[in-house]
Amino acid sequence: MEKRDVAVLGVGQTKFGYHSDKTLVDLFAEAFYEAFEESNIELKDIEALYYGNFVGEMTDGSANLSGFIADDIGLKGVPARRFEAACASSSVAFREAYLAVAHGMYDCVVVGGSERLYNAGTAIGTRALATAVDGLHEMTAGLTFPGVFALAARIYSKKYEIPMDELHEKMALVSVKNHKYGAINPKAQFYNKFGDLKVEDVLKSKVICSPLTLFDCCPMTDGGSAVIIASADFAEDVIDNPVYILGTGQSGAGGLFRQKEDIIRAIPRKKAAEMAYREANLTPNDIDFVEIHDCFTIAEIIATEAMGFFEYGKGADAIAEGETWIDGKLPVNPDGGLIGKGHPVGATGTSQIYSVVKQLRGEFKYNPVKNAEVGMTDTLGGDFGTLVNVILGLHRRGK
Amino acid sequence: MVTFQEYFDALLEGKVLGLKCNDCGAYTCPPKAVCDNCNSRNLEKAELSGKGRIMSFTTTYIAPAGYDKEVPYVVAMVELEEGPWIVGRLDIAGEKADEIGQDLIGEEVAVSGKEFPTEMFYPDKKRRVVPVFKLLTGV
Repeated sequence: MEKRDVAVLGVGQTKFGYHSDKTLVDLFAEAFYEAFEESNIELKDIEALYYGNFVGEMTDGSANLSGFIADDIGLKGVPARRFEAACASSSVAFREAYLAVAHGMYDCVVVGGSERLYNAGTAIGTRALATAVDGLHEMTAGLTFPGVFALAARIYSKKYEIPMDELHEKMALVSVKNHKYGAINPKAQFYNKFGDLKVEDVLKSKVICSPLTLFDCCPMTDGGSAVIIASADFAEDVIDNPVYILGTGQSGAGGLFRQKEDIIRAIPRKKAAEMAYREANLTPNDIDFVEIHDCFTIAEIIATEAMGFFEYGKGADAIAEGETWIDGKLPVNPDGGLIGKGHPVGATGTSQIYSVVKQLRGEFKYNPVKNAEVGMTDTLGGDFGTLVNVILGLHRRGK
Repeated sequence: MVTFQEYFDALLEGKVLGLKCNDCGAYTCPPKAVCDNCNSRNLEKAELSGKGRIMSFTTTYIAPAGYDKEVPYVVAMVELEEGPWIVGRLDIAGEKADEIGQDLIGEEVAVSGKEFPTEMFYPDKKRRVVPVFKLLTGV
């Protein structure tokens, strides 16, 4: 079935960090109104709400949030629904919203997410995040998310014959890079912090799950993000700077123990990325920069390989050789990524969209990617259980 | 079909239960609705050897609520002789595991089960059975 072109009208994101005094609804509302104010539409133009949230039940005692949010932000009565896919919640919501508009179900909708992990505290936050591993066969052993990526790092070291110490030094560079960029992003959790982080600081910080240390990990974050999208025809009528959604892809997998050694090849990500490239009629070479799911340092390295930017086993060398820094061949996470910007799980996916859109419009002044025309997002839910990729660009999709 | 109750009961007796596919011959463990290799439902219950080798591990120092009294603990992934991988705990002190490092990968282990207190969100409300991996060679 032929899909209509779809574009982004407006984007919004709260400051990421600690929000003890704002509910999940408040955080979404703040992001929504930033997006709404630049969209040049009226509230009545928005026909549906797609909301991403991971663990509102555990952190705030709230599920079923979409109706409350719609009511709070002035969209009383529109069809509203919540999407849960762990860290990829708002990316799945984004893709569903895009597909609904592309297939003519709606002309204009809002999609976003909010989460409050920081406010929940480390013990509850860690347990809440761990609900995204296999609840029986992985949880029984007390496997956590740093644990998942620690297991992956050791397999990566073994498989590609890079001694663990040497690999860890290269992984640490991901943290150094993403903190450097997060420290200059005013909306990042670590704005003005850790901009001068050194490899030794990462290696010497507290071990969370060996070999991963605190600085190998993204933080617990409270925050919200929102994106208003519409058919490209609608968008071109109301704004003069639409950013087009060129391709999306989604795939998934069972537990780590079902994926076996493939966890370091992230097969669901390969499938999702290929789906997005196919729809966009582009290749990895056409992508000018990416906002990638760097929940842990090794995660960014694995992602750059599975998305087709580097060969398997070469991603660690790529960061060490400068290829993924702002002036490299493929800038990765110029907004600071999850490590520097923060990771409010259900809001993360649409905050990546926020950063890509700002960057393409030339509004990302503090860390601009030169001459960027096509950007891509990558969001991972759980231990590769859900993978979503989105490609955005300044021009409509080529036929 | 092997229920998780049955799977964990067997583990406590030192047996690893799985499913053998009558179509392709592959083993699926832990059990699930279809053969993990070919999606066939033509499966029969099978006892696996209970032996395998370590594929990866991590010492966990920061635990989720409900598991905090158990730190530091070593989570490992083991490839069973019949092919499937399972997640469990390595029966070795956390600091010792970190000291040995990557050399633990490939070491042979025997699988059994150990009962722990359950926690608020765990699916089994009576107990939590953890697959425990004992090293077969001295390290």
